[in-house]
Amino acid sequence: MRHHPQKMPPAMWLITAIVTLFMLTPMLLSVMAGLVENYGQGLSSGLTTRWLVEVWAGYGNTVVVSLLLAAVCVGVTLLLGVPCAYALARSRSRWAHHFEELLTLPVAVPGLASALALLLAYGSVAHFRQSFAFILVGHVVFTLPFMVRMVGSALRRKELVALEEAARSLGASFTQRFLGILIPAVLPSIVAACLMVFTLSMGEFNLTWMLHTPLTRTLPVGLADSYASMRIEVGSAYTLIFLIVILPVMWVLQAMGHFIEKHYGK
Amino acid sequence: MSLILSSAARARVLLLALSAPAVAFFAAFWLLPASMLIALPAGQGWRTYFATLTDPLYVQSLLQTLGLSAATTLATLVIGAVMGLSLARNRFAGRGLLLSLLTLPLSFPGVIIGFFIILLGGRQGTLANLSVALGGERLTFAYGLLGLFLGYLYFSLPRAIAAYTAAAQSLDPHLEEATRSLGGNAWSVARDVWWPQLMPTTMACGAIVFATAVGAFGTAFTLSSKFEVLPITIYNEFTNYANFALAASLSITLGLITWFVLWLARRLAGPAAVGI
Repeated sequence: MRHHPQKMPPAMWLITAIVTLFMLTPMLLSVMAGLVENYGQGLSSGLTTRWLVEVWAGYGNTVVVSLLLAAVCVGVTLLLGVPCAYALARSRSRWAHHFEELLTLPVAVPGLASALALLLAYGSVAHFRQSFAFILVGHVVFTLPFMVRMVGSALRRKELVALEEAARSLGASFTQRFLGILIPAVLPSIVAACLMVFTLSMGEFNLTWMLHTPLTRTLPVGLADSYASMRIEVGSAYTLIFLIVILPVMWVLQAMGHFIEKHYGK
Repeated sequence: MSLILSSAARARVLLLALSAPAVAFFAAFWLLPASMLIALPAGQGWRTYFATLTDPLYVQSLLQTLGLSAATTLATLVIGAVMGLSLARNRFAGRGLLLSLLTLPLSFPGVIIGFFIILLGGRQGTLANLSVALGGERLTFAYGLLGLFLGYLYFSLPRAIAAYTAAAQSLDPHLEEATRSLGGNAWSVARDVWWPQLMPTTMACGAIVFATAVGAFGTAFTLSSKFEVLPITIYNEFTNYANFALAASLSITLGLITWFVLWLARRLAGPAAVGI
């Protein structure tokens, strides 16, 4: 690493320290509040797992639902997104470029607007509206651009284009090239995109709050419900469960990011 | 049907077939619904499209949203740049862990951040307990403008800290040394060396932070703030008043704003900088 002999001004240190405190304190508070008998009395009221048990009894199914939903969302975005990313990466057509621009609109436009649009178009199809498929469709629309962009930028790497061309000139079929060369070569990016989609789906609220019904609730929807109607310790314990689920995924995602940067110099 | 296609034509057909499922899905579940949403307010007359600009209630909500988002963006960029520079230029034990903890909130839904603000400044919050323990009144800030601003700052900062830390790590140290050896002080280093080199990050990050803040819903929803932002207005129009056409019109305004800001940043800072 480069050497910087110059000292930082103390004001910069002070800001860094204060903001770090501001960012980390609420996380610590919420972990603590979920594990103590009484938030007002703090640690002196003793530690307990009763709030966690209470959350699991009341909202346990939302945790399972969100995990499943995120996993299915990853599967669907893989099936739709990876072939599409390849087509967009290799196409020189103007239409492909326009489509890629359109595809990112659900990320640029607030989730509330996309949710209203879905409700307007399909809200009257009762079986669809009342099933988890309705929420899944919203999550896929929102996460697909991430899959396509992340995998697409890996597929556009020059050495990979050259490698595919060489394989083609030696007579390799498309299937051989795709499964034998391209997929293994961009696997780190595919894994990173999957983790990204998983995290986004787990935490998605803006769309989901509009799309859910009392019978189709996800973890963030349950969180909003518990914050509004349960005691602060229960809300905290529920938040703690979200953190336990999301932390490992985020850490692997960050490690993948470093790996890709190191090997391919993004 | 002739099966003898040129290889270029076959390649085109292959690419079309590969993109077809994604295109069909996207057309059915976003393009079609979005077109219906855009067409909806027309049913109640063209004036409905301009409700955000003509009805004082919605004008106020829009201006409040833009003001809050602009203030959030400004504060986020200043703090993010300072922290990015500090974290990039100093090595200390636990630096990697600190960075990953600071960027963790990127994965939190907005409702959690609203709850965090309640933990800090709500009726049972840390500040309230402290102020009572010190013999004062029960102080709260969670349900007003300050709480909303701190919440927006909380979910915006991780992105800025990550972006500026990465950008500051690739600053050219020779330029800084040259400025110093020519007698430049810390201020001229910041102005002549850091500022221009961090400009693309500032543009890209500023646009994303602003667009995210304008469209944010969960945090304001949890805080049920007295300071109403446009996403909450849209939600109320839709659920409380069942006014679908008006909710659609307001969402179109909101979508146009966020799309335009991101488009502008990509134009000015280059497509790679904005990421998505």
